[in-house]
Amino acid sequence: MLSEYNSELPMSQKVLLNATEINIALNRLACQLIEKHDDFSKTVLIGIQPRGVFLAERLKTLLETEYKIKNIKLGYLDITFYRDDFRRSEKPLEANKTKIDFIVEDKNVVFIDDVLFTGRSIRSALTAMQSFGRPLEIELLTLIDRRFSRHLPIQPDYRGRQVDAINGEKVKVCWKENDGEDAVYLVKN
Amino acid sequence: MELSVNHLLGIKYITEADIQLIFETADHFKEVINRPIKKVPSLRDITIANLFFENSTRTKLSFELAEKRLSADVINFASSSSSVTKGETLIDTVNNILSMKVDMVVMRHPNPGAGVFLSKHVDASIINAGDGAHEHPTQALLDSYSIREKLGDVAGKKVVIVGDILHSRVALSNIFALQKLGASVKVCGPKTLIPKHIEKLNVGIETNLRNALEWCDVANMLRVQNERMDISYFPTTREYTQQFGLNKAILDSLNKEIVVMHPGPINRGVEITSDVADSKQSIILEQVQNGVAIRMAVIYLLASKIKHHED
Repeated sequence: MLSEYNSELPMSQKVLLNATEINIALNRLACQLIEKHDDFSKTVLIGIQPRGVFLAERLKTLLETEYKIKNIKLGYLDITFYRDDFRRSEKPLEANKTKIDFIVEDKNVVFIDDVLFTGRSIRSALTAMQSFGRPLEIELLTLIDRRFSRHLPIQPDYRGRQVDAINGEKVKVCWKENDGEDAVYLVKN
Repeated sequence: MELSVNHLLGIKYITEADIQLIFETADHFKEVINRPIKKVPSLRDITIANLFFENSTRTKLSFELAEKRLSADVINFASSSSSVTKGETLIDTVNNILSMKVDMVVMRHPNPGAGVFLSKHVDASIINAGDGAHEHPTQALLDSYSIREKLGDVAGKKVVIVGDILHSRVALSNIFALQKLGASVKVCGPKTLIPKHIEKLNVGIETNLRNALEWCDVANMLRVQNERMDISYFPTTREYTQQFGLNKAILDSLNKEIVVMHPGPINRGVEITSDVADSKQSIILEQVQNGVAIRMAVIYLLASKIKHHED
């Protein structure tokens, strides 16, 4: 694995995953999804806004082009109004678009997010999902699982890479379509 | 992004950026209120008092629904059944209510400036739900929001406000909101119901309904507020209707399709005929639906400026 430390910047960052490694992880995650969900006829993918959407779009494209699975349903879920830190943070919480134009009742829902940290976002997403009906089950797929940092008993069902990061550090996931490159960085302040 | 103000007292006191932020937030809430479960838990720890010192059906229901869809606790107060009739002052009434740990006050009052006055004397976020003939900011916001939804944008549009401009808080708030968003505004009505010096607000004046309709993209028809008329402003209702009532014949004779709005309550057959109010050019019911989303957005954005207390 590539390890680069840049000592000139006040903020140092280390590459956790490069483009090739992300691609391998995405293919493995796609295969794991197929193992469980077969042709996706009873399964829907939900990208958690804002950053989970890129990963969800990638997985959908991969499943359709490489693995020839048709009619994958993908929605976006915004959790802003369900968060438990409203009025506790300095900045007001800004909402993103929710787009779920299919029925989730009795479907297998797979939540997709880039980084699993405290688990609070997923807790909010579980509450938000209730407003759309009662899914058969909900699973969680995450590219990066930050170990030992959970505030709630929430664990991923599919993970790209498990990472140990201390609280002052940040995990930054970059996507080509948004940030110009595919890479995952560990940023130290 | 956050609002530049801690209270919504009138459109006069907010910026174009504030209005755009309210609209963008309302877009999200509009999606929320069309879900199978139309409620979000954001304002679980906020208590809101609705103080209505003047009658209201639509606005009161709309605010109450918006508050409940955000999971706030709501208390209602109507002056007709309260101690106000026993001689209590406004500040005393509100401070008594606030001592019960209320975070936000939605107030309608017959006196212009009641909201501004209150915001200087009590420690709560105030939303003006109509103060006399002064302002009715959430109505203007939902009107502009409905125009934006129907026509794509408010900027560059021509809007005529028809009817009783003199007694209308909706007209004044609408003028401010539309102008801040880049629309041009004319008012139309009998000369007796057009306030003096209104042209100072850069508003065109038209006393001929047909000319006004030929000019505009949107016609906002106001109700004749008989309850505020201390003297006679026009000879008879029939004469008013003949000159300023919107009917199907005049609408169809225009060489374009304009959007028809009405803030309610409608006096059918006076300022607007039933077939126009129920036609596909009318967005009256959309306005009502958007009212809930707009009020949710205003309450949400103001609530996010109330600091959380650890107690």
